[in-house]
Amino acid sequence: MDIFLQQIINGLVLGSIYALIALGYTMVYGVLGIINFAHGEVLMIGAMVSLSLLRLILGFTSDLPGWLTLLIVLPITMAVCAGLSYWIERIAYRPLRNAPRLAPLISAIGMSILLQTIAMMIWSRNPMTYPQLLPSIPIDVWGSGATITGKEIVIIVVALAVMCGLLFLVEKTKLGRAMRATAENTQIAALMGVNPNRVISITFMLGGALAALAGIMIASNYGNVHFYMGFIPGLKAFTAAVLGGIGNLKGAMLGGLLLGLIESLGAGYIGDLTGGVFGSNYQDIFAFLVLILVLVIRPTGLLGERVSDRA
Amino acid sequence: MLRETLFNRLPRSAYLWIGIIALILMPWVVGASGGNYWVRVLDFALLYIVLALGLNVVVGFAGLLDLGYIAFYALGAYSFALLASPHLPQQFETIAAAFPEGMHFSPWIVAVFSIILAALFGIILGFPTLQLRGDYLAIVTLGFGEIIRIFMNNLDRPFNLTNGPKGITAIDPIQLFGISFAKPLDLGFIQIPGLYLVFYLFLLLAISVAIVCLHLQDSRIGRAWIAIREDEIAAKAMGINTRNMKLLAFAIGASFAGVAGVLFSAFQGFVSPESFTLWESIVVLAMVVLGGIGHIPGVILGAVLLAIFPEVLRGIAQPLQQALFGHVIIDVEVIRQLIYGLALILIMLYRPGGIWQKGGNNS
Amino acid sequence: MINLKVSKVMFMKSAIAAAATLVLFGCGKGGDKTAATPADGVEVKIGHVAPLTGPIAHLGKDNENGARLAIEEINKSGLTIDGKKVVLTLVPEDDAEDPKTATQVAQKLVDAKVVGVVGHLNSGTSIPASKIYSDAGITQVSPSATNPDFTNQGFKTTYRLVATDAQQGPALANYVVNTLKAKTVAIIDDSTQYGKGLADEFEKTIKAAGVKVVTREASNNKATDFKAILTKVKGKKPDVIMYGGMDATGGPLTKQAAELGIKVKVVGGDGMCTEKLAELAGDAVINVTCSEAGMALSKMAQGADFQKRYKERFNADVQIYAPFTYDAVYVLVDSMKRANSADPAKILAAMPDTKMDGLVGNIAFDNKGDMKEGVITLYDFKDKKKTVLDVIKM
Repeated sequence: MDIFLQQIINGLVLGSIYALIALGYTMVYGVLGIINFAHGEVLMIGAMVSLSLLRLILGFTSDLPGWLTLLIVLPITMAVCAGLSYWIERIAYRPLRNAPRLAPLISAIGMSILLQTIAMMIWSRNPMTYPQLLPSIPIDVWGSGATITGKEIVIIVVALAVMCGLLFLVEKTKLGRAMRATAENTQIAALMGVNPNRVISITFMLGGALAALAGIMIASNYGNVHFYMGFIPGLKAFTAAVLGGIGNLKGAMLGGLLLGLIESLGAGYIGDLTGGVFGSNYQDIFAFLVLILVLVIRPTGLLGERVSDRA
Repeated sequence: MLRETLFNRLPRSAYLWIGIIALILMPWVVGASGGNYWVRVLDFALLYIVLALGLNVVVGFAGLLDLGYIAFYALGAYSFALLASPHLPQQFETIAAAFPEGMHFSPWIVAVFSIILAALFGIILGFPTLQLRGDYLAIVTLGFGEIIRIFMNNLDRPFNLTNGPKGITAIDPIQLFGISFAKPLDLGFIQIPGLYLVFYLFLLLAISVAIVCLHLQDSRIGRAWIAIREDEIAAKAMGINTRNMKLLAFAIGASFAGVAGVLFSAFQGFVSPESFTLWESIVVLAMVVLGGIGHIPGVILGAVLLAIFPEVLRGIAQPLQQALFGHVIIDVEVIRQLIYGLALILIMLYRPGGIWQKGGNNS
Repeated sequence: MINLKVSKVMFMKSAIAAAATLVLFGCGKGGDKTAATPADGVEVKIGHVAPLTGPIAHLGKDNENGARLAIEEINKSGLTIDGKKVVLTLVPEDDAEDPKTATQVAQKLVDAKVVGVVGHLNSGTSIPASKIYSDAGITQVSPSATNPDFTNQGFKTTYRLVATDAQQGPALANYVVNTLKAKTVAIIDDSTQYGKGLADEFEKTIKAAGVKVVTREASNNKATDFKAILTKVKGKKPDVIMYGGMDATGGPLTKQAAELGIKVKVVGGDGMCTEKLAELAGDAVINVTCSEAGMALSKMAQGADFQKRYKERFNADVQIYAPFTYDAVYVLVDSMKRANSADPAKILAAMPDTKMDGLVGNIAFDNKGDMKEGVITLYDFKDKKKTVLDVIKM
């Protein structure tokens, strides 16, 4: 029983990571209607930038408590990624807003490749270790034998907090209203006095900041970073967003957690269930299979889409 | 002025003959100046032309962004690998008994088989995606490509079908009328190296595929695809069966990749899942997009440029950096990726039709 | 008739493109010229291939340096074959760890008329390239490819200076059975040719010894999260975990196992057995025992001296396989001397009779091209540093 509980915990932690990334994806998709392929790379750059900052600080002093060091590095990294996202939107997406729909998609792929390559050049092609500043000692959960570490608890809490924060922003603030209006219908929103370009830029910057946070969380959890670390989580997070309902914040959270659980439980039990025919070696495609199933059976996702109709 | 008068003197068919002679002589010229290495690069470039033309049917003609196209290439390659190598008889006794001299299916039979197989898988991929918008379609096709690759990589348990990550070796070379393309052809007065024979064969394939594409482009099917690409709802309203047309696009595009895969497998002599990654799909997409999306000569140009480009880069970039800086600052691999990423973005921003786009009515 | 719509403009553009590409071929060929031509003496070229770009570029460069050092030393002391003075030139190539690139650079080396090739580094590239060398009759000595298939293809040209996974796997298995006295084991691999191959060899031996494999799992070589797999493994309660894969994944796997409260030893192969593992696995690295398919530098008789000369020449430390590429060059030259010729066919014919002392020990080959006296070295990380545990002669 403790194994099952452990897999649930694993799934929730993994799912929180996906949810954190998916929230950024879904926000941008809701407002702009494109898959920001580069979102995963912004995440990766956030992790890399924070690594450089941490090395800088830890080079001077290691007396500060771990969480404080991270807390200092966090806002700087988020600002950097917000700026990066702003420029990505301005350079690669804005000029293509009225182009045929393939164009921004291909541009996004190009941007993703470009960012990975820049990271390769600035930092390194090899994986690098990331300082473990959050507690990693396994804590027993209710004496069941299953364990969780401090850093994993932090991740779950942060994901929930971000979701609540975003919900508050989108539902209860003026900016949020503007975002929802732009997502609904850009032209009418403009007529109502909303500046769509400004709203889109802010949304992107917010997405970038979230990606930075996710990047730091991932790096802290696994203890290493490499230039490829953003791509696959980005894809999976997109799947999670679609699963929950693209454009829908609660959907992104739900989708992320569900996907994490599916992957964990799948990897843990598929082998035994199929008598060894399919095992953990297929776990990479669970996400894709889920995506295909969702799109065929319930294309608007579990909690429904919230996006303008772009034919 | 002079150029015009010079060209005006020659009849149309003269260009055709000059072109044909140039192509026949090409492996000899290249082989003499650059060595067999460059002929090999050309052979691969021709395969890429076929792949790019096939993807062009899906992306360029029908407007469906397929990021998992390389899966069909993999299907073709593995089909031949399984039907023309010692692998299956080694793994399964029943097969060894049924084929006492080993499995040596001819590439032509397997090519036909792989056309059907790839087309089938193209339709299988197409079905769930019929209602999907461009972005979702891209991700689903990407997923499909990855699913195929992971299956190839793991189907060595519980029974060993694909030999997993080790790949399949000792695949039969291309054979035509009993002549093996792995050895030089001795015609008495002249010896044609195997690589040159391969060049001619691949060239014939590329030309055939290009001709088929040209016909498709000007046919009712081609026009239906353009209609779907521009405005699917209007196309439906005009009575076009969008579902069948889309599935047809996937099937035809996939079948080109399947044939190319069979020849790739026979040419290289071994296959492994590593040759069929997402990056390869993106490379073929880049060839179509950069060359001239929807424009057949552009796609061919794109394929040739991007197939040769990494080799040229390898030959120039390293010595250049050595000479200028004393050591290599940026890896050739990294430069290549950098240029790919930049090129995709810049082309979309400034020349979305591609380097060689359709002249005249730019739809 | 088929209307090809060949327009004049199209023809012009194609012609220009064709001409441009031909010019580029010329440039490309020009870029192939490597070292300066020797002052006097016959030039004999030896090829070397390794990944010079990519995640293990540092290992590839290390290999190339080892070969280069050997060539420079031989040239300095002078080499005479068949009465003529011979100057060796190294032709280095990069295969980027990619099978397709490997075949292309193999063709390039054959075109460049090398008399022998040291390489490649990985099994996944050595194997496809070997067909090209075999067709051209050029000796290929790999310093580091461990996959048994490399010498199992029936080619006369494939040789290697390391033990194979068919020896490394059983060596690890014997350690697990005899020293760790395990009764149950869990096996995880990274779904690559190397990782899966090693895990398969390990599994064969361990099963034959009567140990129960409680589960066989697989990840991939880019994975970061192993918690699901490890939790399943934890539930099966093995005495030992074996991982077939590289340090980039083996390190995090070890670390996460500790985080899950799994207290058993983790054993792995040479892919995992790097100095960097201590960094990647953190404190949990003390649980790791790993193997290398060759003699440890510290145990080589001339090891320290080689290390010194290497550092003087390249201002860097030996990574792993430089001693092996160094020896590989000497093996080729030794065959050259015995055949008294720089003809590739004669060198190939002289290879089976090789009997010399290299850095790595006695070098002699069996009829497949494997080392007769392969050595497996076991390491552990007792003080979070890689230290030799045991040397096993196969």
